[in-house]
Amino acid sequence: MVAKTEKSAVDLLKSPGMTSLFKSLKLKTKQQELLIRVTILFLVYVLAFITRLFSVLRYESMIHEFDPYFNYRVTQFLTQKGFYEFWNWFDSESWYPLGRIVGGTLFPGLMVTAYLIYRTLQFLRFAIHIREVCVLTAPFFASNTTLVAYFFGKELWDSGAGLVAAVLIAICPGYISRSVAGSYDNEGVAIFALLLTFYLFVKAVNTGSLAFALASAFGYFYMVSAWGGYVFIINLIPLYVMVLLITGRYSMRLYVAYNCTYILGMLLAMQIRFVGFQHVQSGEHMAAMGVFFLMQVFYFLDWVKHLLNDPKLFHTFLRITVTCAVGLGAIALGVGTASGYISPWTGRFYSLLDPTYAKDHIPIIASVSEHQPTAWSSFMFDFHILLFLFPAGLYFCFKRLSDATIFIVMYGLTSMYFAGVMVRLILVATPAVCLISAIAVSATIKNLTQLVRAKSKASHSASGKGTISKASSKGSLDQSLPFQRNGAIALLLGAFFLLSRYAIHCTWVTSEAYSSPSIVLAARGAHGNRVIFDDYREAYFWLRQNTPPDAKVMSWWDYGYQITAMGNRTVIVDNNTWNNTHIATVGRAMSSYEDEAYDIMRSLDVDYVLVVFGGVTGYSSDDINKFLWMVRIGGGVFPVIKEPDYLVNGEYRVDKGAAPKMLNCLMYKLSYYRFGEVTTEYGKPPGSQILYLLGMGLSPASTSAYISMVVVKLIFIKNQIWTKS
Amino acid sequence: MGRTTTSKDAQALFHSLRSAYVATPANLKIIDLYIIFAVVTAVIQVVYMAIVGSFPFNSFLSGVLSCVGTAVLAVCLRIQVNKENREFKDLPPERAFADFVLCNLVLHLVIMNFLG
Repeated sequence: MVAKTEKSAVDLLKSPGMTSLFKSLKLKTKQQELLIRVTILFLVYVLAFITRLFSVLRYESMIHEFDPYFNYRVTQFLTQKGFYEFWNWFDSESWYPLGRIVGGTLFPGLMVTAYLIYRTLQFLRFAIHIREVCVLTAPFFASNTTLVAYFFGKELWDSGAGLVAAVLIAICPGYISRSVAGSYDNEGVAIFALLLTFYLFVKAVNTGSLAFALASAFGYFYMVSAWGGYVFIINLIPLYVMVLLITGRYSMRLYVAYNCTYILGMLLAMQIRFVGFQHVQSGEHMAAMGVFFLMQVFYFLDWVKHLLNDPKLFHTFLRITVTCAVGLGAIALGVGTASGYISPWTGRFYSLLDPTYAKDHIPIIASVSEHQPTAWSSFMFDFHILLFLFPAGLYFCFKRLSDATIFIVMYGLTSMYFAGVMVRLILVATPAVCLISAIAVSATIKNLTQLVRAKSKASHSASGKGTISKASSKGSLDQSLPFQRNGAIALLLGAFFLLSRYAIHCTWVTSEAYSSPSIVLAARGAHGNRVIFDDYREAYFWLRQNTPPDAKVMSWWDYGYQITAMGNRTVIVDNNTWNNTHIATVGRAMSSYEDEAYDIMRSLDVDYVLVVFGGVTGYSSDDINKFLWMVRIGGGVFPVIKEPDYLVNGEYRVDKGAAPKMLNCLMYKLSYYRFGEVTTEYGKPPGSQILYLLGMGLSPASTSAYISMVVVKLIFIKNQIWTKS
Repeated sequence: MGRTTTSKDAQALFHSLRSAYVATPANLKIIDLYIIFAVVTAVIQVVYMAIVGSFPFNSFLSGVLSCVGTAVLAVCLRIQVNKENREFKDLPPERAFADFVLCNLVLHLVIMNFLG
């Protein structure tokens, strides 16, 4: 079957030009096929890299968003000071006055990877800046992911499915969204590590080789060092082993693969300080340990059964052992959980199982926009045709059930469930969806081309000796349906049309939606010309150049990383959000009256307050928009802040009719400070539009403020006494 | 009545197990001895921890996990070397042993880093 399909794939490409090329190179069929495969993989590798470069070409090579700035700052520190300093770094420039133990609270994989690439390039005498390495790390690893997807597809089904999987994952928007050039974040490297770990584990289960299990443990170590989502691996693999055990597919290969991976993987994972002892203490990791013990029981029973050769005796033994094992396990689990030694599931992961948990109990998790449940439009946007190819692929997997296809089905189903719970997790589902869809595409196209070639094949074998009765009977079967060949050709054309639409859609999505640096904004000016708003960076550099080096800046936690990375000043709270009370203090300061806020800011040694305001340009994700979250988070810790105080009849208003507490709180005063003097539109008097909307007087505050011309940012010196209006 | 049948069953079980085990080849018995040694060492460490307390936890974990890890790897070696396992018929025992040594090397290097 395999040889026939190989031949058909090559036959299709055998136009006169190609035939002469191959003949001139004197290649046999197998070598021709190898050349085609290598060429396709090379083109896919380059494609995956190139399609992520839109923002570099349109704007410049810079780091996007918020979290990547922290990673960039850490990488800079690592290249300047070396690994030992980095591993033991205590950062006093963030979370003033608490500081942050950076070495022990981050996932070092991404930074160390970029550092190693940087060192390698320097060794090869490429004088490249660390920023370029950071910007291009994610596309580089996306290309590597396509290679891993090829090998994984080959392991699951055949090399054709592998090639299709590589192509699909190279341009799939679900993956591109977090791995575009400039998005220097953990996921860019983590998805590569995830797929590599899964591939090596499935390979270990298929071959029973200790070497592959060891490699899978190293892949798992890399994943643990890169991203907190490693919890998915350490739960999916035991779940997969359980399913195999339940469906009666226990085998020695499974024992070898799982045990080696688990023990070595767990040990390696505990070397990362942030993870620490969680593998033996946290409830999220207990499934793996439970399955480990279950495997020992299974192996022991299997071995005794093999020794005894007597069913009756074995049944007695089985009864005793199983009751003992289950009893012991239940007691251990119960004692561990009840005594609190085994910690329960943390809020971050518990909210995946119970999506309503975060909204009621942990407002910080609920406030992040990436943590909202996914809409159908997001699925369509990120997956396009893969969305209906996914069930088709599941059908093919069920038709040819093996240890490998059971794994990919489980990976696909669990990741799709989690993708439905949280938008951010579409990223984790993308490799599974691409692989399963690739199986569907490859199997369908293979069947169709066989139908197309079958008639001529049957005629060949009939004209020959007709010794293969199967082929001749198949030929006669085909000839009974005269339009089968035409139908197959039509379906093939339809399939190619769908795939080309997919490629167009993916490129369009990448270009329009996922390539914006979000720190630089673009818009159309009054005459249709493109206007670039670089206000964020201008404001940070103003901070860097015009404030004393030990100044402390208070802002909402969104901007913390960027202020420390680009402004090089100490901040009160940043995106790490590890201390809810500290953030609630800032939220309380932002939502209190000016004198109360002044006292709070004095106690925190704040010199500057940074506020993002988008009233001039119509920038909608500014601090006024996020204000209710500040109120909720502040109110969660300090009951003096009550959300209904800021609403009018349950409605959030910022104009003249806003609630009095809203009109007088610090955030509002800072946002609309001297806004009346700003020209919003051509030809109208300054501030007129806003005065029309607001109709209120603005409180005069202190002197020397920086207002950028397009008013995205306002920064104030705060050490003057506030005057009351 | 019930007790005598179960004790008889247990005796019969024990005898048949023993006679079957005597028939296993010598190299597998050596591996089994190594596994028993590793597990006993782990049990001794756990008992010691129960008496003395678990500080520093990383040292305790690395000690126990090195014993458990090497036992598990020895079981994997036993599986791969056992001539009666049809799945591993094509695997030369030298390759199985080389994998075993490599995995143990990695295991103990990580343990040495983790001991603290």
